[in-house]
Amino acid sequence: MADAEQSSQLIILGLSLNPQVVGLWLQAALTFAILSFLIGDNPVYKFAEHLFVGISAGYGVVIVWKQAVLPLLIFKLLPQLGPKPDELADYWVLIPGLLGLMMLARFIPRYDWLSRYPIAFTVGLFMGAGIPAVVQMNLLQQAQATMKPVLGLGSIEWGLALSCLVVLVGVICTLTYFYFSRPHEGVLGVTSKIGIWFLMVAFGAGFGNTVMARMSLLIGRVEFLLYEWMPIVSVHLSKYVQ
Amino acid sequence: MGELLRKLESIDRRWIYLVIFAAVVIPFLMNLKLPVGKHSPSTTAVHDYIEQLPPGSVIQMSFDYSPASMPELEPMAKAVVRHAFEENHRILAMTLHPQGALMIRRALDEVATDLNKEYGVDYVDVGFKPGGVAVILGMGRDIIRVFEDMDARGEKLSAMPMMRDVADYDDIALMIDFAANSLPLAWIGYAHERYGLQIAAGVTAVMATDLYPYWKSEQLVGLINGLKGAAEYEELVGAPGFGVLGMSSQSIAHLLIILFIIMGNIGYFVTRRASQNRT
Amino acid sequence: MIVQFFVPHAVGTQGYELLLQWARIVGAFALVLGIGSLFRTHWDKIRRRRPQYGYSAVTLLSFGLMVWAGIVYGTGEGGLGQRLTEMQNGTAFEWLFDNVQVPLDATMFSLLAFFIASAAYRTFRARNVEATLLLVTAVIVMLGRVPIGEMIYEKMPEVYEWIMQYPAVAGKRGILFGVALGSIATSLRIILGIERSHLGG
Repeated sequence: MADAEQSSQLIILGLSLNPQVVGLWLQAALTFAILSFLIGDNPVYKFAEHLFVGISAGYGVVIVWKQAVLPLLIFKLLPQLGPKPDELADYWVLIPGLLGLMMLARFIPRYDWLSRYPIAFTVGLFMGAGIPAVVQMNLLQQAQATMKPVLGLGSIEWGLALSCLVVLVGVICTLTYFYFSRPHEGVLGVTSKIGIWFLMVAFGAGFGNTVMARMSLLIGRVEFLLYEWMPIVSVHLSKYVQ
Repeated sequence: MGELLRKLESIDRRWIYLVIFAAVVIPFLMNLKLPVGKHSPSTTAVHDYIEQLPPGSVIQMSFDYSPASMPELEPMAKAVVRHAFEENHRILAMTLHPQGALMIRRALDEVATDLNKEYGVDYVDVGFKPGGVAVILGMGRDIIRVFEDMDARGEKLSAMPMMRDVADYDDIALMIDFAANSLPLAWIGYAHERYGLQIAAGVTAVMATDLYPYWKSEQLVGLINGLKGAAEYEELVGAPGFGVLGMSSQSIAHLLIILFIIMGNIGYFVTRRASQNRT
Repeated sequence: MIVQFFVPHAVGTQGYELLLQWARIVGAFALVLGIGSLFRTHWDKIRRRRPQYGYSAVTLLSFGLMVWAGIVYGTGEGGLGQRLTEMQNGTAFEWLFDNVQVPLDATMFSLLAFFIASAAYRTFRARNVEATLLLVTAVIVMLGRVPIGEMIYEKMPEVYEWIMQYPAVAGKRGILFGVALGSIATSLRIILGIERSHLGG
């Protein structure tokens, strides 16, 4: 790893090392540094982990500065710096700017309370926009989709109709499981039991898909090592062999 | 037998790590190439939808993921970008996730160069736009305004030929969200339900179970699901990449996990019976 | 805002747009908040010479490097800085992202593959009917998503699709309805001032 880092410095000094090749070696070194955690916690892993935290935070600052703070705030106040120099300054943005600064008051214990106002503003705004969206997308549309195929049976084939009935029964039983106002006995006991089974199938499907996703992540790293880094390694090796 | 099982049960977890690593690496080394298999209806739904759009349609793509979920989402994003370009559609790329800003370039620029597409005419990259739902809602009124008339490179959007045809959601034929989080739900809730924007999602397999109900209710036109979905899309556009390549390793890894579950359970039942016999 | 959703283009559209723009600016500060507290934690560790404070220095130095590369040298967005000519594909900032951040982030998450394998062996037990149902579904789903599953049983992908599209959707919708009803209740409580925990009070 030290080698790779030294090389990238050499580029900045203007020496003729291909930055792509150096980059691939660095990527491989860092990949192995993180994987070394599997053998046990060690300084190399710790170094890589802290590097990751620093680099990601730095990345966040740069992107937020360039793609949020500049266009939304600075270019509004000082248009001559931005892409539209002939526009008039918009001083209204000082209000949210101030609200934003109040959020940072969290760092000063004495003025901590100031941060409540911007949070209340944001929470209020999105709660207002959120309720109708949730009603529309999760209640009305989903309920309609659950009922529709069952109601319009006539021309539909029986297999599909049966599957749709499974959904309807499943949804109702699952809902009875979430109904806590009465003890789960008698009919409610049976339906909530069936409801749990449907939940288990949903969780099982989610779990199976999660296993798939986790394996894909590892496959992605192995693909990098074998198909992007190894070709470079073999080029280096062949030089030594000759 | 019982002794062996007990030993197996307390095995050092590093052996398990080694075995799983081998299960992923060996299929690559042996050049094992299993066919991708039948294509899922949810994947072909996305493909067919793009196919039937009139050429020149504007497809919006939101690259809402970070390097952490790149192995699943980058291959599918590249395949969909390729498909859209080959059908002569135009692409409006953006992200609501800060890390997505540079993921866009990885997925888009290479394919665009490959197919001789011109920036500003065939595609535009507006980069990261902070504000989540506020951006989704704002785009329904005036896209250029909500982006502050600036793309990811600091250039004026209103000066680009492609953006002359894009005012609001009415000008967007399809929006595809590549995401490893619940942002597709925000797109459905605020862009589809409110403005009638047609939405498809390309997601990690983890998210797929959450999104199936929305595909079944036609709130999504289609759903590309995990590495398998990526591999299928690569096949559909005839450009096999890391998605197709990874499916053999994925097969062996899944078999191994199933084997682990079975072995773990055999051990569990044998030890439980043994302890029951003792009491 | 609720009225806004159902009656677009009515009174209040202007004010609504302004509020949305404000929310985005406030949101940008929220990101600064997170990074600020990270900075403070590590700076504190170095100042007080806590054990292993050297690693905190690594974090702060790499943070500085990335900000320097991004803001002083430009992210390739032109205008604000010069490009490093040696970096063939873009800038120093992009180079650091592609060659440092991408492998670290991706590998960090790939560790989960190992952990889930270990968990599969150690903790996923068919203790009762429910757990068995969960495990059997998971196994079918795992087989239905890979080529080898199709080789074992030709109709495996169809079985996968059936589970995903019908019983799993039923379970998920049950949860959706439950959560939707619950979140409406919570929202109303916040708006009416009954619930205050989000203000930290």
